[in-house]
Amino acid sequence: MSDIPAELRFAESHEWARLETDGTVTVGISDHAQEALGDVVFVELTEVGKVFAAGEQSGVVESVKAASDIYAPVSGEVIAINEDLSGSPELLNSDPYGAWIFKLKPSDKAELDKLLDAAGYKAALGE
Amino acid sequence: MGQRTPLYDLHLALGAKMVDFGGWDMPLHYGSQVEEHHEVRRDCGVFDVSHMTVIDVTGAQAKAWLQHLLANDVERLHRPGRALYSTMLNERGGIVDDMIVYRLDDAYRLVFNASTRDQDLAWMNAQLGAYDVQLHERAELAMLAIQGPQARHKIAELVTQSRATLIQQLKPFEGAIDGDWFIARTGYTGEDGLEICLPANQAPGFFNDLVGAGISPIGLGARDTLRVEAGMNLYGQDIHQDVSPLASNMAWSIAWEPASRQFIGRAALEAEKAAGVAHKLVGLVLEERGVLRAHQVVRIADVGEGEITSGSFSPTLSKSIALARVPMATADRAEVEIRGKWYPVRVVKPTFVRHGKTLI
Repeated sequence: MSDIPAELRFAESHEWARLETDGTVTVGISDHAQEALGDVVFVELTEVGKVFAAGEQSGVVESVKAASDIYAPVSGEVIAINEDLSGSPELLNSDPYGAWIFKLKPSDKAELDKLLDAAGYKAALGE
Repeated sequence: MGQRTPLYDLHLALGAKMVDFGGWDMPLHYGSQVEEHHEVRRDCGVFDVSHMTVIDVTGAQAKAWLQHLLANDVERLHRPGRALYSTMLNERGGIVDDMIVYRLDDAYRLVFNASTRDQDLAWMNAQLGAYDVQLHERAELAMLAIQGPQARHKIAELVTQSRATLIQQLKPFEGAIDGDWFIARTGYTGEDGLEICLPANQAPGFFNDLVGAGISPIGLGARDTLRVEAGMNLYGQDIHQDVSPLASNMAWSIAWEPASRQFIGRAALEAEKAAGVAHKLVGLVLEERGVLRAHQVVRIADVGEGEITSGSFSPTLSKSIALARVPMATADRAEVEIRGKWYPVRVVKPTFVRHGKTLI
């Protein structure tokens, strides 16, 4: 059974999203996702300034096993990327909810409500 | 549900993530594939390889038949206890499978891939003809591979005195029977180590002893990254029935002499050589960040295109490496397409790591 923090929102494609107090949204991949991927060895980060629609491909996580696309859980403009992942991609395995991938300035905060809450994500995983 | 080895329950108890491999439910890893890889290069680890196919060949004409069936020559096994690597080829020179052949006192033991069992047996049975030869599949045997620089030393402390002595005496590519165990100094990792065939009912106890002694269980994930680093081909991926050993960095495993030995595929190999072998299997090293994967396209300026056959992240080198089949004229540079972008790669001999040492 994977770790699913109650305060986060989740996409069915296994990204988590957290609305910060300054109105930005932080994005990462869930514990379940890192577990399924296995050892992460490379993260292809997006660029600051890029604008994504919800569900748009916004990076790639490569594990020893396979490459897996990351999707923006909500629409918005990228305001930060986690450069630590360039040198230490394994942080996604060891600390999936601390090792964020990028931060967005959301174009519509209401989109967060369309994401799954912890209970909904847990149900989606069948746990 | 797939087939299960005698160690299936132990894998689950050890927290293995199980996957289907050639119809078998096998452990992919027990937590971290990369850690398991390092453990084998630094110390040692134990793999369940009971899914592999073991066939004993007996009969008055066993040797003559194998000299007909195999591209390598079992005549080279001068005495019982010796082993060699060989392919068996179809009439077109394509590889039906690769294997290790051990000479026992009164038989030859062939150890094949698991996923090719049915096609191998069908092929071998079709080639029996009038030869006085019997094939015995040894499905009742389990098989463990214990690999790494400390493997022989650690195993010798856990077995009977006679087996410990045997383990100390075995030279690389030798194997011998002790009671109902068969112990060989072979493997698929590029490290020293052993492969042990033993009765299935003894396998869980022995595996438990090894794990209890601190020897880490290693899954198929690390088995794959270890063999790619060692430049060892995987059947169905780097080699298959439409490519020959000549185009697979395996010409060394063809015994051309004596010229009178008419093994299956010989004429096709000779014709391929005479016409000029069109492709070769090389190693690729990606210096930038990213991961090379099987089936990515390789582009060589002014020469042509090739394809990655196995690609992975190399835990030992901390960069991505691959095996690729490319045109013979390929020199030391190429490019690989990853998600629509071309990345420069170095072309190297396909042996990246051996005995813990980086070779590129």
